[in-house]
Amino acid sequence: MDSHEHYYIPEPSKWPIVCAVGLFFTLGGLGMILFNMTAGIDDLWGQIFFMLGAAIMVYMFTGWFGAVIEESMSNLYSDQLSVSFRKGMSWFIFSEVMFFAAFFGVLFYVRVLSVPWLAGEGDKGMAHMLWPDFTATWPLLNNPNSEQFGTPKGVIDPWHIPLINTILLVSSSVTLTLAHHALKAGKRGVIKAYMVITLLLGFTFVGLQISEYIEAYQQLDLTLSTGIYASTFFLLTGFHGAHVTIGCIMLTTMFIRILKGHFSADDHFAFEASAWYWHFVDVVWLLLFMLVYVF
Amino acid sequence: MSTQATDMVHDEHDDHGPAKGIGRWLFSTNHKDIGTMYLVFSLVMLFIGGSMAFVVRAELFQPGLQLVEPEFFNQMITMHGLIMVFGAVMPAFVGLANWMLPMMIGAPDMALPRLNNLSFWLLPFAFTMMIGTLFMDGGGPNFGWTFYAPLSTTYAPPSVTFFIFAIHMMGASSIMGAINVIVTIMNMRAPGMTYFKMPMFCWTWLITAFLLIAVMPVLAGVVTMMLMDIHFGTAFFDAGGGGDPVLFQHVFWFFGHPEVYIMILPSFGVVSHVIPAFSRKKLFGYNSMVYAIIAIAILSFVVWAHHMFTVGMPFAGELFFMYTTMLIAIPTGVKIFNWISTMFRGSMTFETPMLYSIGFVILFTIGGLSGIMLALAPVDMVYQDTYFVVAHFHYVLVPGAIFGIFAAVYFWLPKWTGKMYDEGLAKLHFWVSFIGLNLTFFPMHFVGLAGMPRRIPDYPLQFADFNMVVSLGAFLFGASQLIFVYVLIKTLRSGEKAEQLPWDGAEGLEWTLPTPAPYHSFPTPPKVD
Repeated sequence: MDSHEHYYIPEPSKWPIVCAVGLFFTLGGLGMILFNMTAGIDDLWGQIFFMLGAAIMVYMFTGWFGAVIEESMSNLYSDQLSVSFRKGMSWFIFSEVMFFAAFFGVLFYVRVLSVPWLAGEGDKGMAHMLWPDFTATWPLLNNPNSEQFGTPKGVIDPWHIPLINTILLVSSSVTLTLAHHALKAGKRGVIKAYMVITLLLGFTFVGLQISEYIEAYQQLDLTLSTGIYASTFFLLTGFHGAHVTIGCIMLTTMFIRILKGHFSADDHFAFEASAWYWHFVDVVWLLLFMLVYVF
Repeated sequence: MSTQATDMVHDEHDDHGPAKGIGRWLFSTNHKDIGTMYLVFSLVMLFIGGSMAFVVRAELFQPGLQLVEPEFFNQMITMHGLIMVFGAVMPAFVGLANWMLPMMIGAPDMALPRLNNLSFWLLPFAFTMMIGTLFMDGGGPNFGWTFYAPLSTTYAPPSVTFFIFAIHMMGASSIMGAINVIVTIMNMRAPGMTYFKMPMFCWTWLITAFLLIAVMPVLAGVVTMMLMDIHFGTAFFDAGGGGDPVLFQHVFWFFGHPEVYIMILPSFGVVSHVIPAFSRKKLFGYNSMVYAIIAIAILSFVVWAHHMFTVGMPFAGELFFMYTTMLIAIPTGVKIFNWISTMFRGSMTFETPMLYSIGFVILFTIGGLSGIMLALAPVDMVYQDTYFVVAHFHYVLVPGAIFGIFAAVYFWLPKWTGKMYDEGLAKLHFWVSFIGLNLTFFPMHFVGLAGMPRRIPDYPLQFADFNMVVSLGAFLFGASQLIFVYVLIKTLRSGEKAEQLPWDGAEGLEWTLPTPAPYHSFPTPPKVD
C-alpha cells in the first residue's frame, strides 16, 4: 500500500487549547508567586493559579497522550506518519541539545574568559581594578564581592556520589538497550525485567542527586547564591536532573504500556522515542561529569 | 506537474468541511484555519506594536518632553520592538508557512496538525501576559527589546518575571511551529519532489525552521538565567559573584543574530516566487539561491558579536566578527543579483505583489549596505546606539520582512479567498507605504550620523527638522496600513471572483488547486515530474 494515500489528519482536538490555558495558569501563577515574593508577600492567588495550571497540565498530558495511544492502537497511523513522529522527536531532542549547549557555553565563557579577566589576566584584565584583591580559581569559592555572594566551604567531590551516578546512568542506558532488543525479539518477560532494572537505576540516580544537593546546602554551604561556580553547577545539574525525572516518567509510562501488552516487535515508536530521550540525557550527564565535576 | 490534482480534491475521503462555530478555531487541526489565525493575530499585533511606535514618534515630534514620561517612553520603545519581532513578523511568516507549505509540496495538511494548533494558541496567552505587564505596579519592561542585563535584572521593574515567562511561552510556540514545518517539508513532499525541485519558499522555511530550533532554546536559556539572577541569587550576569553582564549579550546575540535571519529568509522565499511570476521567466539561478540561503544560515551563527563592538571584547574577537559579518554580503549579493537578473529582459508587469517585491529588492539593499557600514568595527564605535542603527534595521525589517509579507498576501490572496482584491486600492497602499516608510527611516540615517542617540525621549534643537519629517512619515506609514485592512475587508465582502490562475506567470502546485483552495489541500499527493 502506498503510505502516502492515507495520511492521518486528526479530528478537531481540544488538547492544544487546554495545554495553552494550562501553561498560562501555571506560568502566570508562578509569576505571581515570584512577583510577590520579591515584595515579601505570600501570594495565595498565585498559588491557586499555579496549582490549577499544574492540574490542567497533568489532565492535558494524560488526555492527549491517551488519545494518541488509542489512535495508535487502532492502527490509524500510516508508515508515513510514524516517520513524521520520528523526525519530530529527533528535532525536539536537537532543540534540547541547544538548550544545554547554551549553559555549557556559559560555563566555557566564565571559566576561560571572564573569571581570569576579573583577576587581571588576559585581554580584558583591566577588569581587575574592580576588585584588586580578587584572584581567579576554579571552582571559584572566594567571590569578588564576598558580602553579597557567600563563600562555600568546598565543592562536591566527583569521586563519590557523582561517580556512582555516572555508573548508574550508563548502566541504565545499557539495560534500556537490552530491553529494546528484547522487545524486537518479542521476549516480553525479558523486557519487563530490564525495564524494572532501568527504572530502579534511574530513580536511584534522582534520589542520589537530591541527597547531593542536601549535602551541598547543609554541609558545604554551597547554595545558589554563592557565586558563579554554584550558579553554573546548580543550573546544569538541576536541568539535567529535571530531564532525568521526565525521562523516568516517560519510561514508567512505557513500562505500564508493556504490562498492558502494548507494542509489537516492529512497531513501538513511543518506546524508541523514550529510549532516545534517555540516551540523550545520559550523554549530557557524561559531559556534565567531565566538565562540571571532574575538571 | 499533473492536472489530476484538481479532480482528486473531491475524493470522498477526508472531504469534510470546516466545523461550525467557534470550535472551528479553538480546536482546529486544519492548516488553513491555523494559518488564518496566525495571520489575523499578526495583523492585530502589527497595529498594537504600531500604535506604540506612534507614541514614540509623537513624543519625538518636537524637542522637549511633551506627551509621556521618559519611563513610559522606555516601555513603549521596548514593547514596540518585542511585539513587532515576536508578535507581528514571526507569526505572519508561520501563518504563511501554514497556508502555503502543504499546498506547495502537495500534502493534505501539515505533518503534525495538533501540535500546529498548540503553537498558535500559546501566542495569544503569551502576549496577554506580556502586554499585561504594562498595567502592573512599576510598569512593563523598560529595558529595550534586547533586555540587556543588568538593566533587565538588577534594575528591572518587578513585572520582568511575567516578561520572562511570556518569552518562554513564545519560545515554546516557535520551537513547536518550527518542528512542524521542518517535519512537513522533510516528510510530506509529493512523490518525485526532490529537495532541489522544491519551491523556494519551502527552502527558505526549511532553513528558517532549522535556525528556530537551534536558537530559540538558547533564548529560553538566557531568560532562565535572568530569572535565576533576579529571584534566586545566582551570579550569571553579576561580576560581584564572578559572572559577567557581557555574558548576557553574548548568549542573547547568539540567539539574536540568527533571529534576524529568521525574520528575513521567508521574505526571500516569497520574493523568489513573485519576481519570476511577474517577469514571466524562471528564477535566474535556483541552485545558487539555495546555496546562498544555506550560506547565510551557517554564517548567522558566527557573527553575533558584531552587535557588541563597543562593549569590550578582545581585539582578535573584534576582527573575527568584523570579517565574518562582511562575508554575509557575498551570499546576500548573490540573491540580489539573482532577482535583478530574473527581471532582466522579462516581460514584466507591475501588479501589487510585484511592486512590493521590487520595493523589497531596492530598499532591502539600502538596509544591507548600511549593514556593511555598521560591520566595520572601527566606525561602528561611532554609529553604535545612534539613529543610524535604527535606520539600518528598520530598512531591513520594514521593507524587508513586512513588504515580503504584503507581497505574499496580495500574491496568494486570490487563491486563499477565491476573490480578487482591488488592484487600484492595493497600489495606493503600496505607494503610500513606500513614501511613508522612506520619509520615516531615511532621515534617521542623517540624524544618526550627526549623533542622535536611540531610545532617548528628547533631543537637541539641531535634530528638530528631520525628526518632524520622520514623525510625519511614520504617521503616514501607519495610516496607510488602514488602507490594507480596507482592501482585505473589501476583497472578502465584494471581491470579484478570481480565476484558478490569477497570475499568468505563476508556477507551482498551489495554482493547480481550484480557487478558493479546498479545505484539505491534497488528499492524494500529485505526481511531480
